[in-house]
Amino acid sequence: MFDDFLVRAIFAGIGAGLGAGPLGCFIVWRRMAYFGDATAHAAILGVALSLGFGVSIFIGTLGVAIAMAMILVRFEGRGLAMDTLLGVFAHGGLAVGLVVASFNSDLRLDLSAYLFGDILAVGRVDLLVIWGGSLLVIGLLCWRWNALLMSTLNVDLAASAGARPRLEKQILTLCLAVVVAVSIKILGALLIGAMLIIPAAAARPMARSPEVMALLAAVIGAGASLLGLYGAHQFDTPAGPSIVCAALGFVVASSVMARITRG
Amino acid sequence: MRLITTNKLTVQHGRQTALHSVDFHIDSKEIVTVVGPNGSGKSTLMRTLVGAIDDYAGSIERKARLSIGYVPQKLDIDRNLPLTVERFLRLPHRYSRAEIDASLAQVNGADLRDKQMIALSGGQFRRALLARAILGRPELLILDEPTTGLDQSGSANFYKLIEEVRHAMGCAVLMVSHELHVVMAASDRVICLNGHVCCHGTPEVVANAPQYQALFGTGSMGALALYRHEHDHSHDHPHIHGAECDAKCDGTS
Repeated sequence: MFDDFLVRAIFAGIGAGLGAGPLGCFIVWRRMAYFGDATAHAAILGVALSLGFGVSIFIGTLGVAIAMAMILVRFEGRGLAMDTLLGVFAHGGLAVGLVVASFNSDLRLDLSAYLFGDILAVGRVDLLVIWGGSLLVIGLLCWRWNALLMSTLNVDLAASAGARPRLEKQILTLCLAVVVAVSIKILGALLIGAMLIIPAAAARPMARSPEVMALLAAVIGAGASLLGLYGAHQFDTPAGPSIVCAALGFVVASSVMARITRG
Repeated sequence: MRLITTNKLTVQHGRQTALHSVDFHIDSKEIVTVVGPNGSGKSTLMRTLVGAIDDYAGSIERKARLSIGYVPQKLDIDRNLPLTVERFLRLPHRYSRAEIDASLAQVNGADLRDKQMIALSGGQFRRALLARAILGRPELLILDEPTTGLDQSGSANFYKLIEEVRHAMGCAVLMVSHELHVVMAASDRVICLNGHVCCHGTPEVVANAPQYQALFGTGSMGALALYRHEHDHSHDHPHIHGAECDAKCDGTS
């Protein structure tokens, strides 16, 4: 069944969407959109380093994404305002990654696959990694749900209720790094941020509780992957951007629906 | 019974010392108010007492299994986070519908349960915070400027509400307040903080302390006199007389 590249692509897209959607809700609630971008952009550096040192791309991007997130957390609240700092890191990470990548002649030819993704090239091992990563993220989010939500609302309130906001933040950071590492093959460094933010944005008008919003975001993320792949197949368009376009369609549809039902 | 005692509590924010060698205590059923200028470490003290700051020197002793209800000074909820008041009250501990309703009724917010947190008015929002703090019937309520964002009448009503809640629940209250007339009227003890404890004692003693007057001027004396004039006869709180004032404090450090 997984012999067909299209079937593999479909399952890869669904797997990535299921993990990215709920995590994206936290990214949105915590106003960390730029944080997601910075981590994702740095992944291109991870790709360059992995190919340079001959380690798996998943390990390389995961390592760099975690390092990037840790650096950002360390710099938080010192000197520059957070959005400026994240802008510096998001664009800086991408630029440094591209420069380092240019030293590798193989990667030079293949760069667009890592910038925009190449879901049709997903292999069986990739598929395992994607589903493993997404299930890990979903598992962590379910396990820590209340504490994560509490820490997202207010760290002092969370601490007074016995939660450990710093730990929860590290868990989210780890989840983000995992999502970035498993999605880079599918969406590329430039579009991973889209699959975090857009399904969450589409879910928002339809949700009255955080749980429903996370669930809807997962469904929309997976649905957008399916629809985008179908569109890419039909109209011979690039798969990654088509998936993001499908997700955009969900945003429009849900906003219109919310408007209608509200009268 | 002593609920919390701190001994030489010192907290650094980076290179700045937010709290310096603070000796503090609060007993059950006591109302203690912390006053002090902006940046004097009032919120830092509250946050340290509730356990949100664990990087401190000195010691904090809490009564075994002390339950604290906490209302932070600020709570920003992102517009993208759908959250009903009921769900907010259930974070992170599970409470039954009946407990939620009772808590909301206590703060005159019975109609708030199914509303979205981001759709609440300032007064409703503060009431939802208070309702959450009193769930589980805490022995100590810690309120950090509980009327932030309320206008004068809203704020007066809210202090009345706090008084009612305290009366109904019999808990101790520790609060930070800028509204000196309220502080002076309702507190058993006042602590004047400016990085360190400037002076503390009954409202009268603090209001007469030169350290306090250096920080706030003598303007609040009128409010105190007025209050004492009206309520001297019916005051039923146990008083702790004889404030100890830090002689080294000049009110400007």
